[in-house]
Amino acid sequence: MSSVEQIPILKIGDCLLVSIQVDMHDRLALALQDDLTKKIVTTKARGVLIDISALEVVDSFIGRMLNTIAATSRVLDAQTVVVGMRPAVAITLVELGLALNGVRTALNVDKGLALIRNLIDAGDGVDRREG
Amino acid sequence: MREMALIVEKDDVVEVRSSEDVVRVRHEVRSRAATAGLSLVDQTKLVTAASEIARNTVIYGGGGTARVQMLRNGSRRGVRLIFEDQGPGIADIERALTDGFTSGSGLGLGLGGAKRLCNEFEIKSLPGEGTTVTLTRWI
Repeated sequence: MSSVEQIPILKIGDCLLVSIQVDMHDRLALALQDDLTKKIVTTKARGVLIDISALEVVDSFIGRMLNTIAATSRVLDAQTVVVGMRPAVAITLVELGLALNGVRTALNVDKGLALIRNLIDAGDGVDRREG
Repeated sequence: MREMALIVEKDDVVEVRSSEDVVRVRHEVRSRAATAGLSLVDQTKLVTAASEIARNTVIYGGGGTARVQMLRNGSRRGVRLIFEDQGPGIADIERALTDGFTSGSGLGLGLGGAKRLCNEFEIKSLPGEGTTVTLTRWI
């Protein structure tokens, strides 16, 4: 499982979809963070959906990665939504002290995509980037 | 109440030297916690705490070992984790346990967070000699 060295990023319309299916070691998490940031720019994505329903553990390192991706994407004019967090993971994260304040969440992929659409539409509707 | 004898039923040692080893520790602890009969939420708490401490062992301790023990105390069952390194040690344990304090680049939630996620928590550290962190979660 830990032999996987890259998490695939799919492009669907103007959104990027990442489904994390493996227990990531720290370097893999950092690589995903870098890959996603580059892909947001090269694809001019407006939304990023991260599915963590397969993750049995989210510790402070993965939590920080989610926070960083959300903050970076915002600066790059894209909205990040994390979906599918398991109840046991949610309980543990709160007790750990990691609030994920900057991260928007939804229960599943459908609701997550709808939320991204709303967030994009609620913006000024103008893509401020050039090119 | 009469004190029951604490029995260590199983005692395994896992190397903790790389970020891949941290993943291996998570899997080992998950498997032991499930076998011991911890609830899903308690398994998740213990595995998360183990992940935080294992990462500290690699980053700050320069690598070390994790012992994963299954405990029985009368009818009570639990899992104990002992992380040991021969690194530089922690100069100020009180401060290291404070949320938000970090001597590295992390969030500073590792030690304090891990303490909240288990039932018993102990750190022994001497500057220059290393650090031992013991975590126990009972059913």
